[in-house]
Amino acid sequence: MFFKLIRTNSSFGFKVNDKKLKSVLVLSDGTAYYGKGFGACEKRAGELVFNTSMTGYQEALSDPSYAGQMLLMSYPLIGNYGIDETSFESEKVHALGFCVREESFAYSHRNAKKSLHEFLYGEGVPGISGIDTRKIVRRIRAKGVMPAAMQTYEEGGEEADLGELQKMAQEIDYSGTDFVSKVSTKKEYFVDGIKTNGREGKIVEGVNKDEREGKKVVLIDCGVKRSIVQKLVQRGMGVHVVPAFTEEKEIRSLEPDGIVISNGPGDPARLTGISETIKRLFDFPIFGVCLGHQLLGQAAGAKTYKLKFGHRGANQPVLEKRAGKVFITSQNHGYAVDAEGLESEFEETHVNLNDGTNEGLAHKSLPIFSVQYHPEGSPGPHDSEFLFDKFAKYLEEG
Amino acid sequence: MPKDESIKKVLVIGSGPIIIGQSAEFDYSGSQCCTSLREEGVKVVLVNSNPATIQTDREIADVIYIEPLSLAFLEKIIEKEKPDALIATMGGQTGLNLAVELGKKGVLERFGVRMIGTGIESIEMAEDRKKFKRLLKKISQPYLRSAAVSSFLEAERFLQEVPFPVILRPAYTLGGTGGGRANSMAEFEPLLSFGMGQSPIGQVLIEESAAGWAEIEYEIVRDARGNCICICNMENVDPMGVHTGESIVVAPSQTLSDKDYQKLRSSAIAIVNALGVVGGCNVQFALNQKNGEYAVVEVNPRLSRSSALASKATGYPIARVAAKLALGCALHEVKNMITRTTSAAFEPALDYAVVKIPRWPFDKMGECSRTIGTQMKSTGEVMAIGRSFEESLQKAVRSLEIKIPEIEEGKIEEHLTRPTDLRLFAIFEALRREWKVERIHSLTGINEWFLRKMEVIVGMERKLAQCNTLSREILFEAKQLGFSDEGIGGRCGKSEMEIRGMRKELGILPTYKMVDTCAAEFDAKTPYYYSTYESGNEVRGEGKKDGSNDYGNEDRIRGDSEKNEVGEGKEKDEGGADGKAQVREGRKKDEIKESAQKKKKVVVIGSGPIRIGQGIEFDYCCCHASFALREEGYESIMINNNPETISTDFDASDRLYFEPLTFEDVMNVIEREAPLGVIVQFGGQTAINLAEPLSKEGVRILGTQNEGIDIAEDRERFKKLLEGLGIRQPQNGTALNERDALLIANRITYPVIVRPSYVIAGRAMRVIYSDDELKKYIAESVEVSRSHPVLIDKYIERALECEIDGVSDESGLFTAGMMEHIERAGVHSGDASAVFPPVKLKKEVQEEILECSRRIALAIKNVGAINIQYIVKDDVVYVLEANPRASRTIPFLSKATGIPIAKIATKIILGRKLSEFSLPSPPKVSYYSVKSVVFPFQKLPGVDFVLGPEMKSTGETMGMDREFGIAYYKSMLAANMKMPLRGVVLISLKKEHQGEGGELARKFSSLGFFVCATEGTAKGIGNAFVLNKAGKGEPDVLSCIKSGMINLVINTPSRGKNAQTDGFKIRRASIESNIPCITNLEAAFALAEGLRAAKESKIEVRSLEEFWGK
Repeated sequence: MFFKLIRTNSSFGFKVNDKKLKSVLVLSDGTAYYGKGFGACEKRAGELVFNTSMTGYQEALSDPSYAGQMLLMSYPLIGNYGIDETSFESEKVHALGFCVREESFAYSHRNAKKSLHEFLYGEGVPGISGIDTRKIVRRIRAKGVMPAAMQTYEEGGEEADLGELQKMAQEIDYSGTDFVSKVSTKKEYFVDGIKTNGREGKIVEGVNKDEREGKKVVLIDCGVKRSIVQKLVQRGMGVHVVPAFTEEKEIRSLEPDGIVISNGPGDPARLTGISETIKRLFDFPIFGVCLGHQLLGQAAGAKTYKLKFGHRGANQPVLEKRAGKVFITSQNHGYAVDAEGLESEFEETHVNLNDGTNEGLAHKSLPIFSVQYHPEGSPGPHDSEFLFDKFAKYLEEG
Repeated sequence: MPKDESIKKVLVIGSGPIIIGQSAEFDYSGSQCCTSLREEGVKVVLVNSNPATIQTDREIADVIYIEPLSLAFLEKIIEKEKPDALIATMGGQTGLNLAVELGKKGVLERFGVRMIGTGIESIEMAEDRKKFKRLLKKISQPYLRSAAVSSFLEAERFLQEVPFPVILRPAYTLGGTGGGRANSMAEFEPLLSFGMGQSPIGQVLIEESAAGWAEIEYEIVRDARGNCICICNMENVDPMGVHTGESIVVAPSQTLSDKDYQKLRSSAIAIVNALGVVGGCNVQFALNQKNGEYAVVEVNPRLSRSSALASKATGYPIARVAAKLALGCALHEVKNMITRTTSAAFEPALDYAVVKIPRWPFDKMGECSRTIGTQMKSTGEVMAIGRSFEESLQKAVRSLEIKIPEIEEGKIEEHLTRPTDLRLFAIFEALRREWKVERIHSLTGINEWFLRKMEVIVGMERKLAQCNTLSREILFEAKQLGFSDEGIGGRCGKSEMEIRGMRKELGILPTYKMVDTCAAEFDAKTPYYYSTYESGNEVRGEGKKDGSNDYGNEDRIRGDSEKNEVGEGKEKDEGGADGKAQVREGRKKDEIKESAQKKKKVVVIGSGPIRIGQGIEFDYCCCHASFALREEGYESIMINNNPETISTDFDASDRLYFEPLTFEDVMNVIEREAPLGVIVQFGGQTAINLAEPLSKEGVRILGTQNEGIDIAEDRERFKKLLEGLGIRQPQNGTALNERDALLIANRITYPVIVRPSYVIAGRAMRVIYSDDELKKYIAESVEVSRSHPVLIDKYIERALECEIDGVSDESGLFTAGMMEHIERAGVHSGDASAVFPPVKLKKEVQEEILECSRRIALAIKNVGAINIQYIVKDDVVYVLEANPRASRTIPFLSKATGIPIAKIATKIILGRKLSEFSLPSPPKVSYYSVKSVVFPFQKLPGVDFVLGPEMKSTGETMGMDREFGIAYYKSMLAANMKMPLRGVVLISLKKEHQGEGGELARKFSSLGFFVCATEGTAKGIGNAFVLNKAGKGEPDVLSCIKSGMINLVINTPSRGKNAQTDGFKIRRASIESNIPCITNLEAAFALAEGLRAAKESKIEVRSLEEFWGK
């Protein structure tokens, strides 16, 4: 077995317990990249994906859709504005490891509470920096996403076992793993206010959910980003967040005015059960986002398939077919809906301008629609936030 | 929405001469626009008065007018050409203002011309401060409290509500002309009156100061359907208070969180939508980083300097796309030129950091205040790309081609507090002295993130200075931080070449990465590269010492795993043997095809940032060299670092390297590309200076060899050559000390021109009239020593100066044209107005000049372009200098004759013979072309407006006509002079000229001018109205000028540089009041002829094709 060795480039680097950190990233194809280490001294394996967004590393790291994945940022300078209290998309880091060209030891922002390194250290997530991230992006682009393993460790200690890491990587079966169960809420809860003063208790449960006026929706939590809940709440909705595999009957018993299907990690083809449930709820207004879109697509008869290296970034152009309008969107998905299979009462509403893949669908007569991208941004543009208004309007119209 | 088929012919207005605040970026946007329109089958009529522009090439536009950019001339062109539509947003503020005026005056309506792209209403809403504030209020976007005022009364009312400091900005001006910050009433009043004078509508915006806030810009593109994309955002390193054109800028923003970034992006899009812009628009914000509060500062509803920077920083061709949108296309209907498969509707993602630094003219303008602020003073800028901020910053500093100034410890604080061009270097000095980042932050307001990064650079400097042996790790890290070999060597006591050798031995070679707009997400076709030090390389190396290990998508190298270089020890890849066989086979075929078609490569070295003395003319020539290389079947490789110009457009060359123009950076590219040779003769002094070090390394310099360059540049060798050829030269000598200088000066007799080889105080060359003056000059402003000799030439007074541009091969010289200067000799040729063909030179003299030129070119074995300057006194010809390279007049002559001189020179350099081109030498024409120049004095307070042997102009204009006088008049008009056809002329001549005052006065009064004169001059005139001397009774001469009573000033300066003389005050007052001021007697006479012609005949407009008769 051969390995590509990349020497650590710098005498800078992080020290934990006075020890400098090293790190190595090993791809399942046997390529290894040595770099500086940061964050926690851990060994992790998962699917290696890249994101081209130039800002928003904190949102990305805490996005549950990255469960089971190692996140590589194509923008080289990461950590510049530190970590704050308001940019968490969930209560923890879901990405397994973080790969960057340069982890900025210096950070400067009014809201910053700690550095990226301190944060990942506390979260127990390994980081690697000083590697040629562009080269790796090009490799993923050419070969498709692939499993990888990384280990961050103290210099001078025991060297990483590349063979073991490669084996770890090769054992990863991303599509075969159920991540949704891991990231979805375990029990139902109700939200009608969001506090933004910290990670704990950030989502505030509604106190008088039975008496409150206004619309209520059930959000099927496949790994929801907080921003989605926030956008709904901002529009006056009360949100019942329910576990991903909640039965139709239980959903109906909550007497919602509409259904939202959230984003989340993993292969939608594994989640046909959720799609079946959704199909039985077509009498409600439905709004799906990302994985929620794929699940709605399956409910509408379409198949999903894995993209070579997915869409992850804040600059994805989407064409709304009917109006001929273009939207720059935030995306994070590795699977896509094959719109060919959509039943006749559904139509493809949006396509990606880069590769023509499906980006949105809607029922031709019912208030049911979904988009592959993230109208809530975070990270990314807010240009499509109006979709939440559209959903709110559907609720009003009943 | 497909394009509007009813648009068949479009008028594009250029931006005219290069001035501070309006540089080459508008040739870039205009040219891209023209090309883009023509791709759609639209006929393009282009008007610009600047001949040194690619857009005025016949390959770019269908019908080209080199005429003054004034309402009257544009009206004539519109009447003649009857275009269907006009694009207003490609020619900077000049083009925009003219288009608005054409609309307001009903010209567009009269001739049925539609404004396409961003319309007049949108422009006015964005440009008129009051309307813009109203709009912001309507769409709930925050702005700084401000008032647009047209009187002192209104201003006082505003000041009752808003405390000092406040910012003043005149409406409808570019580059913040006449703007400034006032901290008190005493500062406020003069700024207000100056500003009202500068604004074409007499309106000044007074604004609450957001000093200390961060300044952030967004470049937005919008189509007629309302689709909006953000091309790029940019963060100014210098906080608010320093004009963005004067700031160090990074792209993308570095210190904004996603929430900050998106908040401002959404705001920018909301504004651009509300304005209804169709095309490009720049939105500037002030962001208070202490609390996240922001305010909209201003918008530019057009292509701008920032949009040029954004285009180069991202690779997204904004102007090209904007032109298509103007024709009615929607964003997603425009093809993406980068991927060639997707659409233009996307936002670039960067995976590098870009740093821009302005280039200021303070080295040429010694008396000028170096303070930078809300008014632009820089003439150009450099851009650098790297994978870290440190790397980009250091590459950008290197690209400036300046001597890094030393900052005294005692002055650091002052430099940090008061922004000047030296502030960056003062920060470094402070960090070296271990000042705390917090302290530097509180003095400068610069975000700590940037300062911490600079601290990293200083930390490395220390490490280099302290280490006994340079380890591979340290060396590699220093390179990743952007240190040059010279910089590393300088800190650890080694030479540049030693470090270079060491580096190569250790396998630390630069890798090249592509600027592809998409952070490698897609396969891009743009051959646009920058260097960095990493492992992945995207340019296949062809040099012997190839360190490449990452080419193309497949990214694999087999075989010798021990010798792989750069940052990694071994690379082996066993994962490739699986199902990708098809892909690989396909690629192999491509490779074979590629190598069969492999073209010979030639590198063209660009001219770097635009500065006084090295302007857009050189970039023009570099572009032509690149075009000619393509025509001849070579692969052209451009190296340059100027983001404003066309040479750095991704499709101007086959390959573009965005790199500093130092030996190291250029040599690295050459080693990577292994070209046939390098062309240095088009990139001005920057490129010529590289000829010697490159050829020492065995690089083949194409064209004139170093020996020839050396003979021409070495004064003593050139003198000997001329003696051998029997060609006259003004008497001269080289002095190594003051005593020698005095001896030489007395031998050749005063007046003399002195030029030091080493300059201390800004001014280099000077005409000297006496021993005392010479002593004083040497004591004050130059260093004279063995290593820094002073060159002394006889100054031949009242002589004619002229120059030729030509192209030679080993057997002959093609003289492309002979230009006669209009000003007296002693004015730098770059500042002189000139006419082609000559007006005064006798035929025999012209022939002698042609013959001398031929002999000199052959004697130095010149191959390619050459420029030779002459002086003629009493029909005797003297050679001043020979420049074996392209001069700044090549574009002018190319436009005057229709002959692509730079292209021919390139082809000769590549080995073609002059005899293959049937060229008339010199070309005969039946019309006159006059070159005039524009000066930056209006922008640089405190500088005397006197021309001398040191170049001061920033740009040039061209006027063409059958009559010399009209051509001169046109060129003056084009140089932004408000040329009066009647009114009051003030004549104030120095003693030596007063004898000719009478004739001058008669000429002007016969034209209907009322003649005023100052006391001394009036005596020589006889019947002129005498004005009081400055300060001697009211009204004095100055108040007459300031009150606008006088329309034209003719003032010939007496010698000396005293700012207290009346002459100085007169010239200053006229510039400040925007009244044309002629400082040269010959020019005054020529102008009188021009005015007469303008009055008597109806001036016509003619396209270049009509002039050329083709």
